[in-house]
Parts: sequence; structure tokens; C-alpha cells
Amino acid sequence: MDIYSLHPLMPEIVLALLGLCILMLELTSMKKEYIALTAMTGTLAALYFLRGSSGVLFDGMYQADGYSNYFKLIFFLNLFLSILISIKYLEVEKSSHGEFYALMVFATIGMMIMASAENMIVLYVGLELMSLSTYVLAGFLRHDSRSTESAVKYLLMGAFSTAILLYGIALSYGSTGTMDFQQIGLYINSHNLSGNPVVLLSLVLIMVSFSFKVAAAPFHMWAPDVYEGAPTPVTAFMSIGPKAAGFAVLGKVLVMVFPSLRSDWTSILIVISVLTMLTGNVMALVQTNIKRMLAYSSIAHAGYLLLGLIPGNYESFAGMMNYLFIYLFMNVGAFAVIISLRSAEFMGDEIRDYAGLAKTHPVMASLMLVFMFALAGIPPTAGFIGKFYIFSELVKSNYIWLTIAGVMFSVVSAFYYLRVVMYMYMRPPEREVVLETTPPLNLALFIAFTMIILIGVLPQAFISHAKNVFFTMYQSLL
Amino acid sequence: MRFDYPILSILIFLPVVSGILLIFVSRRFERAIKWFALTAATLTFLFSLPLFMNFDKGTSRMQFIERHAWIDDWGTSYFLGVDGISILMVLLSTLTGILCVSISWYSVKDKVKEFYIALLLVEGFMIGVFCSLDLFLFYIFWEAMLIPMYLIVGVWGGPNRIYAAIKFFIYTLVGSVLMLVGLIVLHHVADTFDLLKLMNTQLPYNLQLILFWAFFAAFAVKVPMFPVHTWLPDAHTEAPTAGSVLLAAILIKMGAYGFLRFSLPLFPQASVAMAPVMLVLSVIAIVYGGLICLAQSDLKRLIAYSSVSHMGFVTLGIFAMNGYGVQGGLLQMINHGVVTGGLFLSIGIVYERTHTRQIADYGGLASVMPIFAAFFMVFTLASIGLPGTNGFVGEFLVILGGFSRNRLSGVLAATGIIIGAIYMLWLYQRVFFTSVNERIAGLKDVSLREGLTLLPLLILVIWIGVYPDFFLSFMGTSVNSLLARLHQGPLDQSNVMNGVISGAGAFVK
Repeated sequence: MDIYSLHPLMPEIVLALLGLCILMLELTSMKKEYIALTAMTGTLAALYFLRGSSGVLFDGMYQADGYSNYFKLIFFLNLFLSILISIKYLEVEKSSHGEFYALMVFATIGMMIMASAENMIVLYVGLELMSLSTYVLAGFLRHDSRSTESAVKYLLMGAFSTAILLYGIALSYGSTGTMDFQQIGLYINSHNLSGNPVVLLSLVLIMVSFSFKVAAAPFHMWAPDVYEGAPTPVTAFMSIGPKAAGFAVLGKVLVMVFPSLRSDWTSILIVISVLTMLTGNVMALVQTNIKRMLAYSSIAHAGYLLLGLIPGNYESFAGMMNYLFIYLFMNVGAFAVIISLRSAEFMGDEIRDYAGLAKTHPVMASLMLVFMFALAGIPPTAGFIGKFYIFSELVKSNYIWLTIAGVMFSVVSAFYYLRVVMYMYMRPPEREVVLETTPPLNLALFIAFTMIILIGVLPQAFISHAKNVFFTMYQSLL
Repeated sequence: MRFDYPILSILIFLPVVSGILLIFVSRRFERAIKWFALTAATLTFLFSLPLFMNFDKGTSRMQFIERHAWIDDWGTSYFLGVDGISILMVLLSTLTGILCVSISWYSVKDKVKEFYIALLLVEGFMIGVFCSLDLFLFYIFWEAMLIPMYLIVGVWGGPNRIYAAIKFFIYTLVGSVLMLVGLIVLHHVADTFDLLKLMNTQLPYNLQLILFWAFFAAFAVKVPMFPVHTWLPDAHTEAPTAGSVLLAAILIKMGAYGFLRFSLPLFPQASVAMAPVMLVLSVIAIVYGGLICLAQSDLKRLIAYSSVSHMGFVTLGIFAMNGYGVQGGLLQMINHGVVTGGLFLSIGIVYERTHTRQIADYGGLASVMPIFAAFFMVFTLASIGLPGTNGFVGEFLVILGGFSRNRLSGVLAATGIIIGAIYMLWLYQRVFFTSVNERIAGLKDVSLREGLTLLPLLILVIWIGVYPDFFLSFMGTSVNSLLARLHQGPLDQSNVMNGVISGAGAFVK
């Protein structure tokens, strides 16, 4: 095989080398900062190779195109920002750096493989690489029982969902005799299998499995415990990366593998998305731990993202991708603030701990204010642009009641996001909170803030980007 | 009318950018921050004067138009302009901006920097609401304003401020998101957010009806109309003085403005069909709001409920859908801003000295603070609608409009004025006359700064009261073209004035 033909795979290769390299560096007694710096440089290098990488590999099992590249961009940014916010956290926890970054890198490779998979086997390989790495990451703080508990829960639930996925894959292979996405779709279509119960069951099982991955109700139970217990940077990493990967696969599988069962998966998605928005938003109202609240808010956001899948056309998918891109910055920003409150003797993850932050640390409080209003979807922040895109595509496909449900749930969400603001601005400080920020953490905060305002005020470039990249894939399908 | 420079953008972004610049000033320089905010607000006001002077009263077309590409994919552009309906609101906003900075000079002691940032942001966004001719842009300003307003009520407000702030935020947001859905539907049907293009689109009646109610949700909460008014007493009462003034003078006008700018021209048939419902709601607001005032023991709460009643006049005028009514409603928007703004400012002035809002804690204030009592008297009389004050002209036109539309609504609205006289005069009596309450003995009368804050509003009360034509002439043409859209007869400008004069004559006799 000609080495040159691996060109579309270059980002993954560079990342894999980076992961190995970090593991080696950990063995040498190198300064911790340099390991983080290597990880960041490597990520940026891989990002450079992402530009213009496109093509089909391994007999059509692996495809780098606009669609997958858009998700890969999200994964890279997620990795980069997660590394930025990890450095301080790991120092506070006195944890080792090398393995941590390496695992993040490997998880990211898994996500990239998922986004590029054109074949059930490849999809499965990517999913496992991502999942196994994140299980370990969730339990990275060995001395912390909450972290361990979170890892075990995540592993068990993850194993279940993987088994369900395998069952779904087996059923579809059994009825069509192929693993290739497009071939399965064509087979189902040409043999009129859309009413076949086995195919339908396969669809349901695959959707259930990915509902686990993106933490959609009623398969969300693991998320709050895992998010609360896992190290905070891992929570930030997990609430975007695997979710985005899950949506990448869902979008692709639904459109490519099951186009003839569209009415079935649309109705399933409607039920799941409404349930997800309901559970996430209502449960978030009563949380006192901010990580747990953000876990439920992340469930709620999965609900909005599912709304983007329902119309099933390329504009609505672009809306969903645009929302993920925006959600990345809002979420990382919020978690970066949480990490900045963490110090050796102070956990800082209760909402109460934010009381009076505006008085003691006005800059941090105002950043958190922006992130909270962005998550609530209030203009002129990016959160509004994201929601607007999804909702307007829903209306165009005549799902008016679903849109009304969506906007009403986002009103509910304003209530708990505003509670954080209320504690910061309208309550007197309860105790002395010492902020420990580092330049990388500040950089992450700066990037998140800038992007939220920039996309909020001048969204044109970002919208057309999401639309254009997706258009290429959709055209190739039609 | 066009200028060489983008005057409306300057009006919007001068306060906004000043607010953003303040973020970078250390919070230790309180004096500098205050002066900076005052300068920004004053400059904004000065910039709004050329708008006033160069406005062409002879056309109903949009003036001072600015248009730039913004989000092409969604068919929305940065599109600004004013006409006779919005120009006075813009001016009222810029004027109120200065007064709010000035009145908060000493009363805001905590988080001074953040307060002025929020204040300037609100001012800019409010002006943005009144200038936007693109529905998407309008929505952005409409919602963005919630964030600083929420903070103003919640951070610098009274004891129950947190509850009031969240109530205000959630109420408004529920209305707004329903409008958002309506807006998306409208965009889906007409494929544009451009107000002028939308005005030329004839929508099917059923769709108009749905959209009318979707927009109604947002506007009715803001006004606030009868069933959804309950956020207002809490927010007004708990907000700091500047917040109450902003809420009363500008924010709740945005709802009425929304009806005039969007609901009536975009959904004309639905508006005509739904007008009876709106009239009923307005009359209920007038009478019910007035009656509740009689039972209030809290100064600010009383004025807050009187706003419900007065805004009922505004919506009554708008949905009377004749020349008198709409012009009266528009003028009443300005009047209410001036008068209630003045009342809230006045209450802020005594509250700063006594730290109580209970009417029972006052009494005999007229002998302690005579100048203040005179100011308050004028605003009280204007609120009642005494001839010679602005309140008379506005309420009279509205009642005239309401009467010719539906007799009963006119009659009931007139009862509202009587109730208004009862609660306002009774309030004045309890606070300013009777024996001097010892809690307020020895209070200092208004300072120069406070007097200068109240003076512009006092001048407006008399000016509009004596020579309303100056202000009515701004809106006449635009109102006529709006009414023409509603398929009703146009209105002769001189008729309005004749109506006022003969009405005043009858009143005096």
C-alpha cells in the first residue's frame, strides 16, 4: 500500500504518535509543563493536517470528508481546551500528567474514527477506543472514592450500551449481509426491508446504544454520577467529546443506513428528545452541586441537539453541528471557572460556594455570567444563535409544537443557570474564596469567552461553514 | 433623511461601548466612573438631538436608514431606521439615560462600576429595540436587554429583589420565546426578517391570527396587560430608583411599541378581529389596576399598579384603531414615561433620606421639603390628567378614541381617571399633608443635582400639556399610514387639535 494514500488519515496518525510520545516523555523526568506543552503542540500539528484532508481509505471503510472533518475540528478544540484546563487541576490533585494527556489523545482518536467510519466494524473499533480511554480517565484520581465510583458506573453502563450496539449491528448484518453503511442502506431499500421487524429492532438497538453515549433520556442515569465524580477537566472533556462523536455517528447512521425507516426513527427521536429536555431541565433545577447541575444541563442540551436530527435534512444537521461547536465553548468556559475555584483545601463545586463571587472576584464572576447566559440561550451570546438555528430548521419542517416545547424548556433552563448568577451577584460572600488561575486556564477562558461573543454577534461565517462542510457529504449521498 | 454619519448606530453603540470600556476601569475610581457614565449618557442625548431636528414630519417612510449585511444565510441584516412612531421613544430613552445616571449618583454605593455598566448597556439595547427594522435584530436587542435589567433589579434592589428579578426575567422570557417561534414561522413563510418587506406581504388570515397571539405573548407581558401584569409590581417595587425609572419610562413601552410596530402592520386583519378582546383587557387593566392602587400601603407599589392602569390607556388607544386613539396611545406612552419616571425619581429622592417606602411612615412632608412637594404635586396632577398637564392630552385623546370605537370602553376608561384622582390625591394627602411624622422631621429639601434631574421632566409635563401639537406632529403622518393599512379612514391632523381644544374647553366649563 502506497504510504501517500494514507494522506486523509494524517491527523489520526499524528495524534497517535503524539499519544505515544507523551507516554515516553512521562518516563523521562521531564518537567510537567513541557508534557502539557507537547500535547498542545501536537494537537495543533494534527489540526494543521486536518485542513484539506479528504478521501476514502481501506476499501471505503473509512472516509474523511467535510462532515467528519467538522466533527474532528470539534474534537481537536475539545482536546486542546481540555488540556489547557487540566494543567492546574492535575497539579492541585498531585496527579501524573503523562498518562492523563495520553488517554485524552487516544480517546480523541477514537472519536475521530467514529466520525469517519463508513463501516460497522470501524465504528465499533472507534467507539471502544474512545470508551475505554474515558473509563480510565473518569477513574483517574485513584485515591478519590468518588472518582473510582464514577469510573465503575461509567464502565458498567458503557459495557451495556456497547453490548446493545453489537446486538444491533449483528441483527443488521444478519438481515443484509454487509457491514458497510451505504450497502446496508441500499439493501434495505432494494429488498423492501423497511417493515421488517428485525431491521426495525436493529435500528432501535443502535439508537438506544447511542442514546446512552450522548446521555439522552431515558438512558441518562449514569451521567450525573459520572460527571460529578470524575475529575473536573475530564467531565468537561466527556460532556462534549463523546457526545459530539455520538451525534456524528447517529447523524450518519440514520441517514445512510436507515433512510428507508425515516418515519420510524423520526418518531423515536421526537420521544427521546422531549424526554431528554424534560429530564435534564427539570432535574437540573434542584441540584446543589454545580458539576451535577451541569451534568443535567448537558443532558438537556443533548435534547436540543436531538431536535436538530429530527428534520433529517442537511440544514438541520448543520444546525446540530453548529450547536455542538457553540456548546463546546460554553461548556468548557463554565468548567474552566469551576476549576479556577478549586484549590488544595477547597473543592468549590457547590453552587453555594459561588456566593458573593462578584464582590471578591468580579472578572471571574462576569465570565461565569456570560457562560451561564450563553447556556441559557440569551442573545447576544452564541447560545442563542445555536438554538435559533436548530429551532428555525424545526419550524421549516413543520414541527411547530416541538419547537414550542423546545423554547419552553429553555425558559426552564434559564431558571437554574440564573441561580448561579444570583449566587454570584446577589448573595454576600459566605467564605473567603481564593482563586488560583494559571496562564493556560486564563487562555482557555479567554478563548471560550471570545468565541461566545464573536459567534453571538457575527455568526455568519460560522453558520455558512457548518452548512458548507455538510453540504459536501449530503450531495455525495444524493 | 440621511446623515453623513450613522446616527442611529452611534445612539445604540455609544452607551454600549462606553459600558464595555468601563469594564477595564478599576473599581476604585468611583468618581471617574460616575463622570464617565454621565458623559456617555449626555453625549448620547446630544447626539439624539439632531435626529429630532432633522426629522421630516411630512413622510411616514423610515428615516435615517442604515442597512448592512449581517447574517445572509438567515436573510437578516443590520437594518435601522426611525419613523414618527419610534422617534419620540428614542428621545425619551436618551433623556431617561441621563436622569438614571444622575439619580443614582449617591444612592448606589455597592458595586458602583457594575451598576453603571449595566445601566449603559440597558440604555443602548433599548434604543436598539426602537430603531431596529429587522425582526431578528429587534429580537436580539429585546432579549439582550434582559440581562443587565435582571442584574439591576436583582443586585441593587430592595429586600425582596432576588424574587422580583427572577420573576421579571422568567415572565418576560416566556413571552419572548413564544414571539421567537412566531418570528421563525413568519420568516419561514415570508423568507425575510425585513420589516418593510414583511409589511408588503399579505399573510393568510389564519396564520395572522396565530402570529398575532405569538407576538401578543411577548408584548402583553412587557406592557403589561391584565392577566400577565403580576411581575410588574414586584419588579418596580424592588428595583433601585434608576431601575424603576427605566422599567416605567422605557421598558414597558417596548410592549406597546411592539404592538404598533409589528402586530398592527404585519397582521392587520387579525388585529382588527382581535381588537375587541384587547379593548376588554385594556379596560380591565385600567379599572382593576386603579382599584388595587387604593389598597396599597407602599409608595412604589402604588405607583407600580398605577402603571398597569395607565398602560391600559395606552393599549386601549392603540386598539381603538382610530386616529385619536392611536395618537393618544402614543402620546400617553411618552406621558407615562415622563410622569411615572418623575414619580419614581421623586420617591427615590425621599427614599434615599428615609429608607422607607411605607406611606404610613410619611406625613407632613410638604412643610419639611416644600420644593420637593411642589415637584411631586405637578407629577401627581399630571398622573391624574389635569388639563394643562400632559396627562390630560393623552388620556383625553385615548378616551375620545375609545368612545368612538366603543362607548362602554370610553365610559369605563373615564372611570379609571376618577379612580386615578382618588388614589393619587389620597396618596398626596397622606404623604405631604396631615401632621409631620417624626420619622421625616428635619429632612433636607432637594439638592441642586436632584432638582436638575426632575426639572426636564417637569418641563415636559407642562410643554406637552400646553402645546401637544409639537409632539403630535411627529407621529401624525406615520399613524395615518398605519391606520390606512388597517383599512380605516385617514385622519386630519387639525382634527386632533380641535378635539383637544374643545375637550379642554368643556372640561374648564
